[in-house]
Amino acid sequence: MTVFTFDGTFDGLLTAIFDAYFRKQFPDMLLRSGDVLPMFCDDSHDVVTDEEKSVRVWRSLSRKLSSAAMSAVATSFLCEMRDYDTVLFRYLRKAVDSPVSIEGDFSDEDVIEVTRMVRRVRHEATRMAQFVRFQKAADGTYFGVAEPMYNVLPLAVKHFADRFSTMRFLLYDRRRHFGYYYDGEEARMVTLPDELYHIATGRLPEDMMDSDEKLYQDMWRTYFKAIAIKERINPRKQRQDMPVRFWKYLTEKN
Amino acid sequence: MTESTLSKLKILAESAKYDVSCSSSGTVRRGRKGDGIGNTVGGVGICHSFADDGRCISLLKVMLTNVCMYDCAYCINRRSNDIPRATLSVTEIVDITMEFYRRNYIEGLFLSSGVVRNPDYTMERLVKVAQDLRTVHRFNGYIHLKSIPGASQDLVRKAGLYADRMSVNIEIPNEKSLKHLAPEKDFKSVFDPMGYIRQGVLENKEDRRTMRHAPRFVPAGQSTQMIVGASPEHDRDILRLSSALYATPTMRRVYYSGYIHVNSYDTRLPALKQPPLVRENRLYQADWLMRFYQFKAEEIADDSHPDLELEIDPKLSWALRHPEQFPVDVNRADYEMILRIPGVGVKSATLIVNARRYRRLTSDHLKKIGVVMKRARYFITCGELPGQCVADVSPEYVRRQLTAIPGPCRTAPDSRQLTFDF
Repeated sequence: MTVFTFDGTFDGLLTAIFDAYFRKQFPDMLLRSGDVLPMFCDDSHDVVTDEEKSVRVWRSLSRKLSSAAMSAVATSFLCEMRDYDTVLFRYLRKAVDSPVSIEGDFSDEDVIEVTRMVRRVRHEATRMAQFVRFQKAADGTYFGVAEPMYNVLPLAVKHFADRFSTMRFLLYDRRRHFGYYYDGEEARMVTLPDELYHIATGRLPEDMMDSDEKLYQDMWRTYFKAIAIKERINPRKQRQDMPVRFWKYLTEKN
Repeated sequence: MTESTLSKLKILAESAKYDVSCSSSGTVRRGRKGDGIGNTVGGVGICHSFADDGRCISLLKVMLTNVCMYDCAYCINRRSNDIPRATLSVTEIVDITMEFYRRNYIEGLFLSSGVVRNPDYTMERLVKVAQDLRTVHRFNGYIHLKSIPGASQDLVRKAGLYADRMSVNIEIPNEKSLKHLAPEKDFKSVFDPMGYIRQGVLENKEDRRTMRHAPRFVPAGQSTQMIVGASPEHDRDILRLSSALYATPTMRRVYYSGYIHVNSYDTRLPALKQPPLVRENRLYQADWLMRFYQFKAEEIADDSHPDLELEIDPKLSWALRHPEQFPVDVNRADYEMILRIPGVGVKSATLIVNARRYRRLTSDHLKKIGVVMKRARYFITCGELPGQCVADVSPEYVRRQLTAIPGPCRTAPDSRQLTFDF
């Protein structure tokens, strides 16, 4: 069994493709550096990420795949699932080898797996747009915390920056310990200490809140209760569309 | 903003909740950098929350006032009902919308109102809210305005410049029943404003052809709603009306609202213990068949089958009535025919027609693509040994197979059996 290890970046993955074709040796498995090698590994190669190589691979892929498929590949990588690296590697290799674009070949296992993963990642990004709740701080900054399953904050922040272009806001991913601060011009990546009260709980302490914040939160909770029709109560449907893992940071559910 | 606004919001949300529409779809508008807030994403819109009844909350659905001079039998806000009444001022509603929007609670505003004084007076106040949001607060999010039945064309014209979507509710799908239940209304008062909106959109289309920057008029089209189960109409009549509405250029959505027995004292209405939720669901499925699966209303429900079956969905029901159309060869059939296979949706149908260019598909491929083989297997052939097709075995057999409740746990317990709670 041949194994490649790479550093877990997207550039690293593309460099692995380059190396594979350069060495004329294709791995059965792609691991991240630090992972334990499988027991029956007879050959392993450490991929050293090289931007020049990755750009070359990306450029040649763009001749094989449509721009929609290219963005799908990049998006699906945000899932950060270990097993998925190998799938994506096989997909890209097939794309390079095939004389025609493989992106419509949904009878192929890897193509269908990539399609499914893109759908999942985009769905999670949509859920950020749905379920992030902002609280207004006394200094006028809006503050929101999330724990997305995949690393979709980069996608979500684009949406929020477009929507709230005149607001300053901080959107923080507690699981991955980073966030974005948008200052009305552009979004910058920030890292804050995890033990801060509002990062740890997702709630602003009362002395940091804007004077009207509590009232609007109450209003939203009241509205949320009032809008439900009691003859049609359906908790199963509610949990289906709004999974319980999001409830922690939802104003109306706390 | 005070506590009194909060209690008013409660009353008015409770009055507005029976309106089904809550979509924020149908229009894409980018945010304006450095000018106001808001964008709309198009596609299927964004639902921000789901209430305890499982319905989505996308827009702030609220009434400007629940005082109403009409006395429609099915409506919670009818003038003869003794319920708390409230009125929000234009500033209050504008402030709540802006503040909710900034906190990412909502996609925008869905505003309707009870009719006070006269339709024009009411409509004017609705327009004023939309106008304030758009011009004073530079709000670029979604606005859905209810057009008040009987409002003048000028006001509808003005409203359309600020709103993304407008709607007039038909409520009762038959004019005779409508007049019976809502003596102050008739079909004219519903279809006239619909016509104004349509005319406005079409003229606007013409204008935008010559002037690219002409302001858009109701870019997300209009929608309407029908109450199901309050009057004796068959599903056939409802679907016929919907399909006629969808044939008009601007109608985007028809909503069906299972009748909830809110005014139990009114004997003109049927006394339903439970709202007809299954029937409502089947109607939505039929609606989807008309909009995305290229079915015609007559195919779904006709004179010999005036009502949809509650036990199985309308697509399966059609397939069982037409065994001669099956089996469908997934490797050869048109997209239209593949869409008609029970267990295949729009997504999997698209994947199938793409994938079969590369190789012959087998049932294994179909399963991976996401086809529900449990249902589809009676209706397809796919380059393998033939299975049980609906045309060979009987439709009744297939129906029995698909409606049987699997597993011992889901059968109703025998009432003669004693149980002990340990």
